[in-house]
Amino acid sequence: MIATGNHAVAYGVKAARAEVIAAYPITPQTQIIEKLSEFIEKGEMRAKFLRVESEHSAMAACIGASACGARAFTATSSQGLLYMSEMVFWAGLGSFPVVMAVVTRALAPPWSIWNEHTDILSQRDAGWIVIMCESVQEAYDASIQAFRIAEDRRVRQPVMFGLDAFSLSHTSERLDLIGQEEADAFLPAPEGDWKVIDVQEPTTYGNMASPERMMEIRHSTMERLKESSGVIEEAASEFSRVSGRQQAGLVEEYRTSGAEVMLVVVGASSGDAKDAADALRDEGVRAGVLRLRVIRPFPSERIRAALQGCKAVAVVDRDYSFGLGGIIGQEVASATGAGPFNYIAGIGGRDLSVMDFAGIARDAIRRAEAGEGRGEIWWGIKGSQEPSR
Amino acid sequence: MRNLTDEEYLLPGNAACPGCAAVMAMRIGLKVLGPRTILVIPACCMSVVQGHCPKTPSKVPIFNTAFAASAATASGIRAALEMKGIMDVNIVCWAGDGGTADIGIQSLSGAAERGDDLIYVCYDNEAYMNTGTQRSGSTPEGARTTTTITGKSEGKKDVPGIMIAHRIPYVATACTSYPLDFANKLRRAISMRGTRYIHLLSPCPPGWRYPTEKTVEVGKLAVESGAWILYEWAGGRCRLTGPSSGLAERSKRRPLEEYLRIQGRFAQADPSKIEGMKRRIDEEWERILALCKG
Repeated sequence: MIATGNHAVAYGVKAARAEVIAAYPITPQTQIIEKLSEFIEKGEMRAKFLRVESEHSAMAACIGASACGARAFTATSSQGLLYMSEMVFWAGLGSFPVVMAVVTRALAPPWSIWNEHTDILSQRDAGWIVIMCESVQEAYDASIQAFRIAEDRRVRQPVMFGLDAFSLSHTSERLDLIGQEEADAFLPAPEGDWKVIDVQEPTTYGNMASPERMMEIRHSTMERLKESSGVIEEAASEFSRVSGRQQAGLVEEYRTSGAEVMLVVVGASSGDAKDAADALRDEGVRAGVLRLRVIRPFPSERIRAALQGCKAVAVVDRDYSFGLGGIIGQEVASATGAGPFNYIAGIGGRDLSVMDFAGIARDAIRRAEAGEGRGEIWWGIKGSQEPSR
Repeated sequence: MRNLTDEEYLLPGNAACPGCAAVMAMRIGLKVLGPRTILVIPACCMSVVQGHCPKTPSKVPIFNTAFAASAATASGIRAALEMKGIMDVNIVCWAGDGGTADIGIQSLSGAAERGDDLIYVCYDNEAYMNTGTQRSGSTPEGARTTTTITGKSEGKKDVPGIMIAHRIPYVATACTSYPLDFANKLRRAISMRGTRYIHLLSPCPPGWRYPTEKTVEVGKLAVESGAWILYEWAGGRCRLTGPSSGLAERSKRRPLEEYLRIQGRFAQADPSKIEGMKRRIDEEWERILALCKG
């Protein structure tokens, strides 16, 4: 079939048999919850849909449902994700295996509905597994894998997966669905044995933890996030078998062998980066692409291995941490111990094309050959403007 | 109290202040609600009163959630139980006045508008007592708090009135000094479905500044002076309950000064301020009596 990224997510969540969906509309996410609402009202999907009054309540309801052992899902974007943020941390720190789709969009002011990754990356310390999708197909595939990863006994942490505003959310591509039987085999009905609310076995959840306990609680979450790397790879490899489509696990390496310049990318424009690598290779420039599919847990070892021996590393960030730099650029630097060239690009939905990626790769090689040190480059900047002007 | 079970669902020993009315009310409330109950508690005095994990203060499950999120959390719990075919459980939010009148009102309003099947009890100690007595929307006019040191200049937000405006099946006010009235209202609430709301005035010795042994007396004075009106609203009808049913005539009420003087928080209210407070109380009575007439 042909479907948008948003509809692909809805099909995936339907196949995953989510039981409780609580959501609030926001562009460009709304089509996900519209489609799910339609599935439920038409009787094609058995789930409770809570049309809540805010994103904060959406995540609170998902947490309440998950605390009873139900499979819970929500979707949001940008302002909605930040409004939800307190409960995003509640879900992560409380180890509730909720799944959320985040259509990544720039934050206001000024208002913008276009693509940027700062929203989802702002929640990277919340104890969630964070996945970034490249294609409509991958959005569908991720929405099923996410529940399996979240609910795995070794993990029991929530999973959010990002899809780029418009370039994925509203772009129609070919989409292959898996059969419901295959989905059920890959992701059995929830046992709900993570539940913390049970009138048969009453306990108190979440009351005060003294300084003598808190550090150990956080440590166990850290260990589960660490453990999740293997579970993510397992889920990807099992889903490759079920779907007949090769799934990326933590990272995807594209023409990285012998690369002198490596583009390190995230999300929907990774395809453009791959096209740029092809074009550069045709011209004799040995370019490769390292796509980070998973941002948390951060795949440091895979990155170190992939970047070894590269003359120039160009990390392209569609996000920014003011006062520091591109978020992925900083994290790659901390993983490798060497500063990459950190390109800030595509902010607020600015076009980020194959030409841009080719230009970035060439620029990185030039800087490396000139012996320039680590630094950040605002790619395509046209000077500075006051906010909201 | 003869209609209440001897079974205790709130276990002995808790971290409440001496004379805490809210804990007494929870003990009574859980006796009425029984073991098939889930409590949802946002940030409030009860978050501390529970004691530290992994201990549990009750024989029913308690789920702690964020300050603004109690009603929405309860909605999610209800949805999950419905999906699992569990239909005979009371889901009860037990929240303070700040978590109800202020930061939690959005999620409460959302749940009530959707008609989600839950009971919401606001135990109202009329300020942010857990953080040390700061003004809330539910603090009454003239009350001194640490953020209104000359007395609050605005009136108390009418949350029961706001809930009536949502046209939910049941809204009632109560006071911890009248546990049977509270128990009866909780029983009526349990007998219905949909969003049900009880607003429970809950005197607080350190916050209201009175000796701990006066907790019941202070609550009684609130009702007998007419400052707090006991009523219930169901099916479009309102009726006065308990002592309030005999206080429709102003002359039957005890002087407001008796209620104010027993507490330190109104110490600086001068006669002209008190006259203003009396006028507002009269207006509130007129409004409730009009509601009772239909």
